[in-house]
Amino acid sequence: MESFLNRYRNITVLFLVIFGQLLLLAVQVKSDRNVPVIRVWTVTAITPFARVLEAVRGGGVGFFRNYIFLHNADAENRRLRDEVNRLKMDNIFLRDQLNTADRAHALALFQQTTQSKTLAAIVIASGAGVNSKVDFVDRGSGSGVERGMAVVTPDGIVGKVVAVYPTASQIELMTDADFAAGVISQKNGVRGTFKGQGSPMGLVDYVSNSEKVEVGERFYTSGDDRIFPRGFPVGVVKSVHPGAPFQQVLVAPSGFEHGLDEVLIVVEGVHREIPPVQTANQPVYIASPPPDADAVRSEAAAQAGAAPTEADKLRAVYEAAGEAQGHVYGQGYKPPDLLKLPAPGSAPAPAAAGGAKAAPAAPSPAAATASPPTVPPAAGHSPGPSTAPAAGPAAAGAGAPAQKAAPNPRLANQAAGAQSGTSGH
Amino acid sequence: MDYPGGRVLLSSQREGQSTHYSLRVLILVPLAAILFQVYVPQFFDFLHFLELPMLVVVYFALMRRSQMGGLFLGALVGIAQDSLTTKPLGMYGIVKTLVGYFAASVSVRFDVEHNLIRGMLCFFFYLFHQCLYWVMERALLGHQPPFEMQSWLVQGGLNALVGLALFHFLDKLRSST
Repeated sequence: MESFLNRYRNITVLFLVIFGQLLLLAVQVKSDRNVPVIRVWTVTAITPFARVLEAVRGGGVGFFRNYIFLHNADAENRRLRDEVNRLKMDNIFLRDQLNTADRAHALALFQQTTQSKTLAAIVIASGAGVNSKVDFVDRGSGSGVERGMAVVTPDGIVGKVVAVYPTASQIELMTDADFAAGVISQKNGVRGTFKGQGSPMGLVDYVSNSEKVEVGERFYTSGDDRIFPRGFPVGVVKSVHPGAPFQQVLVAPSGFEHGLDEVLIVVEGVHREIPPVQTANQPVYIASPPPDADAVRSEAAAQAGAAPTEADKLRAVYEAAGEAQGHVYGQGYKPPDLLKLPAPGSAPAPAAAGGAKAAPAAPSPAAATASPPTVPPAAGHSPGPSTAPAAGPAAAGAGAPAQKAAPNPRLANQAAGAQSGTSGH
Repeated sequence: MDYPGGRVLLSSQREGQSTHYSLRVLILVPLAAILFQVYVPQFFDFLHFLELPMLVVVYFALMRRSQMGGLFLGALVGIAQDSLTTKPLGMYGIVKTLVGYFAASVSVRFDVEHNLIRGMLCFFFYLFHQCLYWVMERALLGHQPPFEMQSWLVQGGLNALVGLALFHFLDKLRSST
């Protein structure tokens, strides 16, 4: 080494001196962008190595992070899984809250619309026995609950009160093996007794083989048991098998469809009509025509204050011409001479042509406003669409009584029943 | 110093003997050359072609036959010359460092006492000095100086003539050993 340095000492010193002066130059000289050349040189000389080093470092770190240090990924996965689980629990909790709010709203709505007097209660506990289908609710004798009262939800019946305590009551669910209730089918009116079986499905007993029960048909309470008022949903027929001596009709209870957190205890039951079957092609109710269509039409036109149309005027002209020529429209073969029409001004008013029974053509605004149908809210449980056409013409008649336009005995009965039910409260 | 047969090339490095100068000469002569370079042309504009500092460096490098001495002398003279110009320090320094180094390197092969050799070396090193400075000015400073080879050739010849006279004068300043 020493000999090498001695041999090339001069050239080495030369390079060192030149290099030193180049550095001196670089310190002084500035580039076009007013940056010292030494900085430009330094950056130019350093950056490729720095880039290579950074690439090596980044690659190495990435390699170690992605392939070697997998425990970090595993820990992060665990953390993310925990977070996902926590979010799922939050989601379930919020959904439950939402469902609870929906159920409470539905319960309150049902409680307001049902004719029966009910008492809202919350299920606070369930029976201790494995086979016993009983629950406890937070209403007891202090709230007026008595043994034997029906327990329902907006979806249907759920059971009955079998024991009452001061602050709570025990409910025997309809799936309990000891439960029984009188039921009636919706479509064919087949009567039977719903019995719990200790399973989710119930059995409608005492249905003879000759009676027709269809799968998918709904059963409602018949009111015969003096516990459940008539007209509450019980369940849907899932299977029908002939048996001896009665059919085996299995029914899925509908009262548990949306859970059983809140229930209604029927304090005073009011019987309801069994709703008719909703078919795809439901027959449309057409009301009977009013006794005097022309009178009603002219009366309606007069009361509405509407001016006679051009057709009315033309018809009045033709009728006047026929009367003047002694022609009765629809009779005889010789038509009236339509060239001898009276002057338009001499023709009677269309309303008068319709009948002199026209009412004064200045009805009060209150009369022009159609009075609401007198069908009670109970009619809402009966086929609504059938009542609308009945009330429609009457309402269009601007104040004509509904009974006059819709002499439907069934509606009358419903209205009477509803009023009596309402008064029953 | 005379060599037998009037040869231009030396047969061996041992034939070449270094010449010694006093320290005062080694300091004052370059300083005088630099002063002349910056002072005299202000009054005699035609003397701008003279490059006395380079000639001094060449002379001492040739006569001392020391590469180390030549490059350091060239560096010092060049930086001193740079400090008296508006150019960045190091431009003349680098050029004269290389001139001193190469002159000292050449001196071991040539008979530097020969006038023809001295004249040719002065001419050659002047061209080398000018060309290298031109290259550095373009490369390091980003300037666009004109490439005046014809002028450089003429000036190189004139510097060679002046160098011959200067070398004869400097030969009188040798130390008597």
